[in-house]
Amino acid sequence: MAGSGTAHMRNNDEVVLEVRDLVVEFKIGRGLVVNAVSKVSFDVCRGETLAIVGESGCGKTTLGKAVLQLPPPKSGDVVFEGTNLTKLPKEQLRSARTAMQMVFQDPISSLDPRMTVRALVEEPLWIWERGTEEERGAKVRELLNNVGLDPDLVLNRRSYEFSGGQCQRISIARSLALEPRMLICDEPVSALDVSIQAQILNLLQDMKDRYGLTMIFISHDLAVVKAVSNRIMVMYLGKVCEVGSPDAIYSKPAHHYTSALINSVPIPDPTRKRGAVPLQGEPPSPVAPPSGCRFRTRCPAATELCAAEEPQLREVNPGQYVACHHPRT
Amino acid sequence: MSAILSIRKLVVNFETPRGLLSAVRDVSLEIEQGSSVGIVGESGSGKTVMSRAAMGLLSGSTVRREGTVMFDDKELTAMRADEVRDQFGTGMAMIFQDPMTALNPVRRIGSQLSEGPRVRLGMDKKAARARSIELLSLVRIPDPEAMLNKFPFQLSGGMRQRVMIAIALACKPKLLFADEPTTALDVTVQAQILQLLSDLRREMNMSMVLVTHDLGVVANHTDFVAVMYAGEIVEQAPTTELFSNMKMPYTEALLKSIPKIDSASGARMAVIEGRLPDPTDRPSGCGFAARCSYVQDKCRTEHPPLVDAGNGHLYRCWYPLGHTIGRK
Repeated sequence: MAGSGTAHMRNNDEVVLEVRDLVVEFKIGRGLVVNAVSKVSFDVCRGETLAIVGESGCGKTTLGKAVLQLPPPKSGDVVFEGTNLTKLPKEQLRSARTAMQMVFQDPISSLDPRMTVRALVEEPLWIWERGTEEERGAKVRELLNNVGLDPDLVLNRRSYEFSGGQCQRISIARSLALEPRMLICDEPVSALDVSIQAQILNLLQDMKDRYGLTMIFISHDLAVVKAVSNRIMVMYLGKVCEVGSPDAIYSKPAHHYTSALINSVPIPDPTRKRGAVPLQGEPPSPVAPPSGCRFRTRCPAATELCAAEEPQLREVNPGQYVACHHPRT
Repeated sequence: MSAILSIRKLVVNFETPRGLLSAVRDVSLEIEQGSSVGIVGESGSGKTVMSRAAMGLLSGSTVRREGTVMFDDKELTAMRADEVRDQFGTGMAMIFQDPMTALNPVRRIGSQLSEGPRVRLGMDKKAARARSIELLSLVRIPDPEAMLNKFPFQLSGGMRQRVMIAIALACKPKLLFADEPTTALDVTVQAQILQLLSDLRREMNMSMVLVTHDLGVVANHTDFVAVMYAGEIVEQAPTTELFSNMKMPYTEALLKSIPKIDSASGARMAVIEGRLPDPTDRPSGCGFAARCSYVQDKCRTEHPPLVDAGNGHLYRCWYPLGHTIGRK
């Protein structure tokens, strides 16, 4: 699996974010390079939620950050609302970035414990000198209300006084302060309990509707993604495996890796006995990824062709694209 | 079958500046020899404190513990700290939640792994090394000899958790406590680790307590489940019985809040609104009343007792599921 290719790109007016052939590498000394993201292309339409799914180390977080030029990618283009972010001078990039915000994985450590909730949520407005002091105060109250926190109770408290779920609500309020048009959520619920997860997922859905957001939702859990996304992109070791609608991906995954991910989700039903564990071992090192298809070392259907030639993304069903020489049928 | 661990009327309170915090309230639980028991609940439900108290791992001047814990026909609660410690390794062992911080970062895997066999089983260096290699292959680590010389930071989360399991199994414990062993891991690795634990348990005829917040995890890997809420067991039953004949609204709510792979896309998720009650100020009625969608007046004022529904199924609810009164 794991291929390049652009067959899945949609060239219509609704595309807000277009990423082409993005490459992110990290030098780790002794001439070694981590191939975190290798020639990944994708696009996101207005009002859509694109989910990026894969195991730890597949490059999904790096990809999300590279969209924001954190750090700038080695090569490739990131075009947001017609502006190529990779070509912008620093100051213009800073201001372009206010339209795109990120919600991070660990809600407790991503908030400064010395700042009050008021300061945390107001900080972006203050940095960008938006509104008068009264207007900012009103905005903070409105944001906190919208994420389900009572401003009178929380404004003067600090993040360590809150639970993980509440901290994630504060993070979301903060990310919405500048009224972004795009929200990139990096595993926003993976640090939370199941019962709180559902609350935050519903909140993100509400915020998306209320603020007309376009969203990129990064997660390792296909079950979480199912509820929130319109389109899913599965990644493995820095490459795209499969792109499609949630219904297509879940009912007939074409990539062997997608299928293994789906079969790894625990089912809360003791009468449904599980078969063998779908995937053995761990992903190979991104310092020296396998030749050809990067998934071939763990793939049940791998052949010589997979080692020799890298599969390109192609359409297997309408709207479903897979990078595999031997897709599941 | 006899019980390897039997917890009777366990109460754990902590003294805090805000008053007495009641973490575990009157918990009784039997763990049969060779069985696998799941303890399920949200953060703050008391599941971790309960399992640590049962192992005698809670100490300090602010801890108030009552009740008895019998392990392998010995009364743990009557023992001195050093006598309890002698049970660790060969009697019971624990796998902690976070494989990133549970290993010593400045000691090699080999030295951490051979400590148990050398101290508890009196093995010499050579025998302990051989045992370490055997253990690493047992937890399916490729090239175990090379692993002995590595430091924890050189390993991925899944590999560290395998090493943690190997350390816990080093002295062939009779009972293994696994506290959220897969919460910090990816789904694919989670499936591998859970399968590994189930296989090893069968091979070694070991009993296991699996502490988790995910009912999906217990469904396939336990024989018996106890659901905890606000420091109490609110429902307990054999696993198949629990899932087919759920009595407690809280268990149902927990189950519904799990994102499911076959749910409709874009559908709203079922949530449990609100939070656990304040542990320093427990409500007089049912602890779940404020969040329960079936709540009645009686629930707010009277504390429900544990009711026996037969088949080893106990629950703590005035209006259990399947009951006609108060159903919407």
